[in-house]
Order: sequence, then C-alpha cells, then structure tokens
Amino acid sequence: MTNPIIARFQLGYESFQLAVDLCLPGSGVTVLFGHSGSGKTTLLRCIAGLQRTPNGFLQINGEVWQDSENGIFLPTHKRSLGYVFQEANLFPHLTVAGNLRFGLKRSGRSLSTDLTHILELLGIAHLSERMPDRLSGGERQRVAIARALALNPQILLMDEPLAALDFKRKQEILPFLSQLHRELHIPVLYVTHSQQEVAQLADHLVVMDEGRALASGPLSETLSRLDMPLAQDRDASTVWQVKVAGHEAAYHLTHVAFAGGTISLPSFAAEIGTPLRIQIYARDVSITLQEPAATSILNVLPATITGIADDDSGHSVVGLLVGEQPLLAHITRKSASLLGLRVGMQVFAQIKGTSILN
Amino acid sequence: MLSPADLDTLMLTGKVAGIATCLMLLIGTPLAWWLARTDSRWKGICNALVALPLVLPPSVLGFYLLVLMGPAGPVGKFTAWLGLGTLPFTFGGLIVASVLYSLPFVVQPLQASFAAIGRQPLEAAATLRAGPLDTFFNVVIPLAKPGFMTAAILGFAHTVGEFGVVLMVGGNIPDKTRVVSVQIYNHVEAMEYTQAHWLAGALLLFSFTVLLVLYSVLKTQPVAHQLK
Repeated sequence: MTNPIIARFQLGYESFQLAVDLCLPGSGVTVLFGHSGSGKTTLLRCIAGLQRTPNGFLQINGEVWQDSENGIFLPTHKRSLGYVFQEANLFPHLTVAGNLRFGLKRSGRSLSTDLTHILELLGIAHLSERMPDRLSGGERQRVAIARALALNPQILLMDEPLAALDFKRKQEILPFLSQLHRELHIPVLYVTHSQQEVAQLADHLVVMDEGRALASGPLSETLSRLDMPLAQDRDASTVWQVKVAGHEAAYHLTHVAFAGGTISLPSFAAEIGTPLRIQIYARDVSITLQEPAATSILNVLPATITGIADDDSGHSVVGLLVGEQPLLAHITRKSASLLGLRVGMQVFAQIKGTSILN
Repeated sequence: MLSPADLDTLMLTGKVAGIATCLMLLIGTPLAWWLARTDSRWKGICNALVALPLVLPPSVLGFYLLVLMGPAGPVGKFTAWLGLGTLPFTFGGLIVASVLYSLPFVVQPLQASFAAIGRQPLEAAATLRAGPLDTFFNVVIPLAKPGFMTAAILGFAHTVGEFGVVLMVGGNIPDKTRVVSVQIYNHVEAMEYTQAHWLAGALLLFSFTVLLVLYSVLKTQPVAHQLK
C-alpha cells in the first residue's frame, strides 16, 4: 500500500459531530458508505477543502494539504483533485467543451490523447458543442466526470454521482465507472448510500455513522463483519473476486475459480482467465452439517463458521470462511439452534444464487 | 422644439447618469457580493443603509449631504483640506449625491442575482483550480449578467429621473448642475409650458423605452441562475 491517504478531521456543530482518523489506500476505489447525515459527504468536502475544519490533518500522496497544528491549509483551487458533485454542477454559460477547457486551462494542460480517450470511454465525444441544458441528466454527469478527470488529478472525489439519476441513467453510467475504475491509476474516494454501488465499485470500504468511521477495510472483509449494520441488512451480501475457469456448454454453465475452490454460474461469454466480481446475497446462502448427497443446488462448499450474530426478530447472521473468502448466511435463529451452530464448526454452505457484477 | 439650453441640460443629464452608473457598478458590485455572501452581524445595518434612499424623501437626503459636504461639515472640511474645495453646487457634488441616491437600484438586483447563483458554481470552479478572483470574473459575472444589465439600466434611469436631491445639492447652475428635471421645473415656473412639454415628453419616452428594453431583455435572456 504505497502513498496512503491520511485523513484526520474533527468538526463540531451543535447537531452534528465529525471525528474521523483514517488511513486509506493510495490506489483503487474507496467507498465512503453511510446513511444520509452520517457525515460521509462532509468528510469528502473536508478532504477537498470545501469545508474547513479547525482541527485536521490531511496528507495525499505524501503532500500535506492540511495540518491545523502547523497552520497549513491549502485552498481547494490549489489541491490536485477532481471533484464530481451529486448534481453535475456544469457551468450553464459554457458548452461541454468550454466546461472541459475551464479546468484544463487552469491546470496547464491541453486536450491530450488520453482526454480524447476519456471522452470516448464516457461516450460524450459527440456532445462537445452542446450547452449543458441540452443534455440529459446522465450525459451531464458523464461530462462532469470527464471535466474532473481532465485535470489529471492526484485523487478523484465523487459525491454520490448517481444519486440524482433515475434507475435507467444509473445503469447507463455504472459500466463507465467500473471501466474507469480499472483504467485509472489514482485513488478514488466515492460517497454513496447505495449497497449496489458499494458491491460494484468498492475495493476498500469505509462505513460511516453519526460522523464516525465505524469500519475501514478491504471490501469483502468489511462487508462480512458481523458487528456492522451492513451484515444485518436484508440485502446483506459478500463480493468475491473470481476468474473464469471454464465453460460447460452442455449445461449452459460457466465455472469460476476463487481462492479456495470453484463455483458454477449460468453460462456467459467470457474468455478463460477473465477477472470478475460476483455478489452473493446472505439470504441465498443456507447451511447444512453434512455434505448433501442429493440436492438440486450446484454450489455446495465446505466452510468454517467464524461468527454468529442474532438480531431481535428471530434471524441469525452466520459468518463463514470458504477457503480464504468470507461469506455471509442469513438463517432463522431456530435453524441455528436446531443445527447447534457454533464458531469454529465445519459446515457446508449451499449457494442458491449469485450475480455477476461486471 | 428644444432650445440650446434644453439640449445642454439633456447632455449634462446623460453625463451625470453615465458617470454615476459607472461609479455605482464599481462600488455596488463588491458591496452586493459581500451582502449576498456574508453572515456578518453588520449585514442588516448595511442592507438598511443601502436601501434608505428608497424610502427617504430626497430632500432629507439632500439636506444631510448639503450639511456634511458644506464648508462646516466633516466631508467638506476633508475635501477642502485635499484642495478640492467643497462639493455642494458643483458637478462633483451632483455625482456624489446621485451615486448615494440611486445606489439601491444597482445593489439590490446585483445582490439578488449573486444570491441566486448559490455556492455550487463557486465550489465547482474551486475544484477546477480557479482562485477567488478568477471565479468571480469567469463564473460569477457571466452568470449574473442579467443582474448587471438590470442594475445598470435601473441605476442610469433612476439618476436621470432624480429631482429633489439634485436641487438641494446641485442647485440650478446652467451647464454645471442644471439637469433635465430641474429645467422642466424652471420652464413650468416661467409658464413656458410648450418647452416643458417637449422636455417632459422626451423624458417620458426615454423612461418608457428603457423599461421596455429592460423587460424584453430579461425575458429573452436565459435565466442562468440555476446550474444545469
């Protein structure tokens, strides 16, 4: 983990307190996840310098942007960052090209080949002479992303870039974000309250609540932490990084390998070795004590119980380890007690369904 | 028709209004920007002071200006010390009085359009490496263009239409302080109704045209306040 991001902020209003002390990876996508009012946007604004905290320390790639003890505070316009707002925030008096040039000019760059590449990647190359009010919501947001990337920043900050869009527009942009994620070499801090976006984009996850960071860690590890509200949620899931291992054409199945085994998915076209992200919902995972001899479920994997947490409505969340991959299972408390589940037990996890994220 | 003396008053009026408008935009822009953005406890007082000429009888404002700028007033003493003499009954005095009297007509539209821009475009500009002045000239001014047009037109037209303050501070000196509204008063006093008609008609036409232009410009200008 080279050049990590160090962010310490303290901010106190009457109704809201922010107190975080985070060390984040210097590459990949870090998602700041939390409900509205959890302080995730405030944290992002502090990192951008849009919100000034009297007490803070921020270091990005070895550069100190804020050090309140030594009276250092770099104003936003001197920070090498790109910021994508919830509303695209394009300048209405400038064309798409004008909006892009606004930042380019000031960062001393010109329209380079990699920018042309970004415009093509985002599918907005043909829009350059349009005024922002002649664009759809999805197009505006893509222009805003391109405008931020055009600066060639050291870090990209995104504040719920999809929240203001309807479902269709979201589906239009998410693939671009996934692709950017693979092609960008700078760290991305991404604020969202959507578990779907977490599953699809995050490498590292920070869970925010009431101005504090409840958890900060690699995605699959953090998603499966039983002490986090995420694991208790009805839509709790784990995300695995897998690779395509082979196809079984006769049964329309594709096998993918993960650290510790393989599982079968409904077939799809992909070359062997292609990396994939798959999501497994906790409600799709059940537990048996013996390896079932006759079951219609294809994916039955040996697992070790790492933890059990009960909620107050008759459900249990069971944390499992399959090979090296954490997995969550939602079962009823009655089943947990009938099976006599305990931490450390060897069991079998039956996975009823998986979804491919990209 | 208009006599040479009438034409002189028209010229003088245009000159006073033009110079006063430029000065009002220069003073009013930073003032309106500050008023639109500040949370200072002085904001209320400043807002009230700027708006005062809207409700005060012009003669009251004129009276205080006369006292302040006269030889015994603090401003008068200061200008005398600078070697400028005193301002009442001079072209300079007329400009000062006009600026103070019409300032709310410039500050208020500017303040409203600055406030309507909101903080989002400013923050977007900051994240795109634009410093505060750069942002003001390249984002705020273009977005507040309708506000600037309204401010300039209203400021100019209101200065042309002033009478009470002019008479108190400027007096009635040909080619120096005698503006159109005063000249109309002179004509009426002298029972020269025909000449009064010509001038009054010219002013009526001017005012109506200005307002017509203003409202059509505001209608066709895309209201750029809201960010897309």
